[in-house]
Amino acid sequence: MGSRKLRIVVMLACLAALALLPFVAEKFYVQLFTKMLIMGIFAMSLDLLIGYAGLVSFGHAAYFGVAGYVLALISPQYAAASLWTTLPVAMGVSALLALVIGALVLRTSGIYFIMVTLAFSQMLFYLFHDTKIAGGTDGIYVYVRPAADILGWKPFDLENVAHLYLVVLALFAGVFVLLRTMLGSLFGRVIEGIRINEHRMRSLGYPTFRYKLACFVISGALAGLAGYLAAIQFGFVNPDMLGWHVSGLVMMMVILGGMGTLIGPAVGAMAMMLLELALQSLPEFGGVNFGKHWQLFMGSFIVLVALLLPYGLIGLLRARGQAGGGNGHG
Amino acid sequence: MSFETFLIQLLNGVQYGLLLFLVASGLTLVFGIMGVINLAHGSFYMIGAYLAWSLSERLGNLWAAIAVGVVLAVLLGMLLEWLLIKKLYARDHLYQVLLTYGLILVFEELRSVIWGDDVHGVQVPSMLAASIPLTETLSYPVVRLWISVVCLVLAVGMYLLIQRTRIGMMIRAGASNREMIQSLGINIQLLYRIVFALGIALAAFAGMISAPVSSVFPGMGNQVLIICFVVVVIGGIGSVKGAMVAAILIGLVDTFGKVLHVELGGVKLLPELAGMTVYLLMAVVLVWRPVGIFGRRL
Amino acid sequence: MSEFRKTNAGRRKFLQDGAAVGGAVALAGLLPSVAMAQGAGKIKLGLMLPYSGTYGQIGVGITNAFKLAIEENGGKLGGRDIEYVTLDDESEPSKAADNANRLVNRDKVDVLVGTVHSGVQMGMVKIARESGVLHIIPNAGVAAATTGLCAPNIFRTSFANAQPAYPMGKIAVDKGIKNVVTLAWRYGAGEESVEGFKDNFVKHGGRIVKDLWLPFPNVEFQALLTEIASLKPDGVFVFFAGGGAAKFLRDWQAAGLKGKITLMGAGFLTDGVLEAVGGAAEGIETTLHYGDGIETPKNKAFRLAFAKAYKMQPDVYAVQGYDAGLLLVAGMRAVKGDIRRKKEIIAAMEKVEIDSPRGKWRMSAAHNPIQDIYLRKVVGLENKVIGVAQRALDYPPASLCKMPPH
Repeated sequence: MGSRKLRIVVMLACLAALALLPFVAEKFYVQLFTKMLIMGIFAMSLDLLIGYAGLVSFGHAAYFGVAGYVLALISPQYAAASLWTTLPVAMGVSALLALVIGALVLRTSGIYFIMVTLAFSQMLFYLFHDTKIAGGTDGIYVYVRPAADILGWKPFDLENVAHLYLVVLALFAGVFVLLRTMLGSLFGRVIEGIRINEHRMRSLGYPTFRYKLACFVISGALAGLAGYLAAIQFGFVNPDMLGWHVSGLVMMMVILGGMGTLIGPAVGAMAMMLLELALQSLPEFGGVNFGKHWQLFMGSFIVLVALLLPYGLIGLLRARGQAGGGNGHG
Repeated sequence: MSFETFLIQLLNGVQYGLLLFLVASGLTLVFGIMGVINLAHGSFYMIGAYLAWSLSERLGNLWAAIAVGVVLAVLLGMLLEWLLIKKLYARDHLYQVLLTYGLILVFEELRSVIWGDDVHGVQVPSMLAASIPLTETLSYPVVRLWISVVCLVLAVGMYLLIQRTRIGMMIRAGASNREMIQSLGINIQLLYRIVFALGIALAAFAGMISAPVSSVFPGMGNQVLIICFVVVVIGGIGSVKGAMVAAILIGLVDTFGKVLHVELGGVKLLPELAGMTVYLLMAVVLVWRPVGIFGRRL
Repeated sequence: MSEFRKTNAGRRKFLQDGAAVGGAVALAGLLPSVAMAQGAGKIKLGLMLPYSGTYGQIGVGITNAFKLAIEENGGKLGGRDIEYVTLDDESEPSKAADNANRLVNRDKVDVLVGTVHSGVQMGMVKIARESGVLHIIPNAGVAAATTGLCAPNIFRTSFANAQPAYPMGKIAVDKGIKNVVTLAWRYGAGEESVEGFKDNFVKHGGRIVKDLWLPFPNVEFQALLTEIASLKPDGVFVFFAGGGAAKFLRDWQAAGLKGKITLMGAGFLTDGVLEAVGGAAEGIETTLHYGDGIETPKNKAFRLAFAKAYKMQPDVYAVQGYDAGLLLVAGMRAVKGDIRRKKEIIAAMEKVEIDSPRGKWRMSAAHNPIQDIYLRKVVGLENKVIGVAQRALDYPPASLCKMPPH
């Protein structure tokens, strides 16, 4: 269809533009966009659960934070770990955690599901916060970024801001394509069917629990990817990475951007971070420092979006009938 | 732990639980009857505390501050319901979560603009400033006992309201079947507005009476919010009785978790992992009974 | 409102226009700030401190005193004018690296000054080590900043967490206190302070009954006070500061423990909180590198100037901020304001003797103050200095810092 080809062209153009960023912008902005892309991956992983599977997880930060902690814990203190071993291990731990927690929480539904996912992430939060497993409240540092060496050949250097950015961009694009393909396949159709009417899918013979669990695990693994990258970027992990504020924040990004569209949450993530930066730079006016109180505007913005945009920000760009990947949530 | 210490810790736990009940009861009513998830509920606890502090300085004593504060809270609740909340009834839970999350940010910043960001203490009123000696070393502050008594009185009041009055009947009916009472011709709009304002006022009132013992600080709303959700979920959504049972349970688990020593196979569990206990409790309850202790399938 | 606006299409258009405006505003926030010429022009000082929350007042005090020190020395650094960039770090460790990065890489400050909270400090230290920017710590006592993570460009004008607590260990034993329960916030500052006390206390024959912890910045002391009462130790050593300290002192009194069990702590327990707690702190002895009633001309002049300029009494945090200003002035004077000659600035800062209100002191090889620790007692609204607990204390020892030659 014409509009589909158009969408692909637009997305490729955006990708190309983003790839050019390190050559035109200053270090600070390349770092900022790296952070936005990482949050975009995180948001997309949650959209798989909220937007497509209809599973509202309020504890997604657990998988994000755990991967970061795994990196910090298995990296030698002042030398570089190997990217190729630490990344799969970190994602693997997140996936395993999602498997275990998912097997327990998927027995509940509705508001109880929301709360019990929160409960498990809070338990993990307190595990890291109150014990000395990993530095307690003060967190631990990753002083040297993982090295990408394979048998002496170094394809890229993650200590280089531009390299890290391009690697993250490539991963972002990869995750997007992966999820799109997955959701366009039979698996994706079953998942959406489960969201719309689980009983019907079960009576059709599909083992719905297994599908939901698979979704939960994939989502957890991808959140782990995001957490790993976040830990690399600022070289610091602390229990707040697993906290409910982070879970809440990424949920906002998903809903704000437009659930069930995949690109929507990514856009939501970037929009929130850009907006935060812009608002923080507001000047003082009439004795009130608007930059300091930027959350007033952010909060009001969120309230307005909730009231007026049932399809999130991405709904602004699409007419209601053409919601290709969208699913009429509202 | 000696028996008298055990009793005192029991008292501490119950006192904390009663205060939690006060805040959580408002949340469970709004949730159960109106079907609205209000993340900003904790913010009203904070607003109550700041009102208590600033009004008691201005008016000279805490009692006047509480009286005025409650009136203000009710008005604020009604205004908020009329302006924003009523637009959420038909919407998906997720949009309620999003909107009320935005409200949390707005209230935090308004609080920062109006009252600043400092930590404050509220003077304990002189008639409550004594301490009752319980053991040769420990005394118990009277003000804490007073708070517990007030919470109990309110709990009884709510019980009477819900079980013995007309409005209470409507509330109970609304909790079990919303559409039904609408079709029975009851002014659902007014009922919702009253319930919401009541819920808000309870949270604010809790903030006010606990201000002398808790300190008034930014972020106090978020801290209490998350525990309140746990109370509501364990107790069962919409059940005030459940909120009471759950709140006391949580108060006890939290208090004893901090002072007991439990080791398992050389690994120290308590008090190191005291923070986890409440959430572990929630997970266990939900696995055993997914709708909470007194909840009904929504 | 026009009829069109009320339709769905109209609403969408309104929002699209709004989004366009919003996008423009967002892009405006991205415009890179103009990089400053480093040799001439204004010197940019980045002040990253808490201006809200439990340590908010401390951040304000440090800022005021820092500016006072510079004002008293001509209002310029090495002859150059100053531009201040302030940032509220909210005592949030999770945002620390982000915030410090913003000051150093986006706003391009020449000197990074801050902060109060030790967890936040770790983030700043990391950025300081990576970027090499000149970094002065006016409070946070996290040991690593001048031991494991020390660096030539990092200086501290305050203390290491264990330093003020250390002398209290021996003083407790001298008072006849044989067994002690410790209670503190479970984070860097709390843990290190307790460690410092325990190190000296146990070394002189004392016994620790139990260590109690509370998550930072939790102030629900009730269950733990009950526990302490049941353990009946001779003394209790605590670490709390700011608003939390005030609440603890009031709760300690309300629980009837005051006077029955000796309460000890590093001076932060009673600094800056005496007005808020009424008589609850009366008679409590603490150890710290500053106190009320230091009768030197320098201290008297400082207290007068500070009170006159800011209408409030200075405390230990202000003194530390003031000394940070003095340190920077000395460093910049040595290079006549040329911030690019960092090696010489560092060398000057290492050698200078700071004429501080607390007394004269110098930097240790680890860039932490070697200073006298006073014993103080709360009398009325003052922390009266009643003696010197230990002179010229270098603790944790500078040997724990392995700095490269520079």
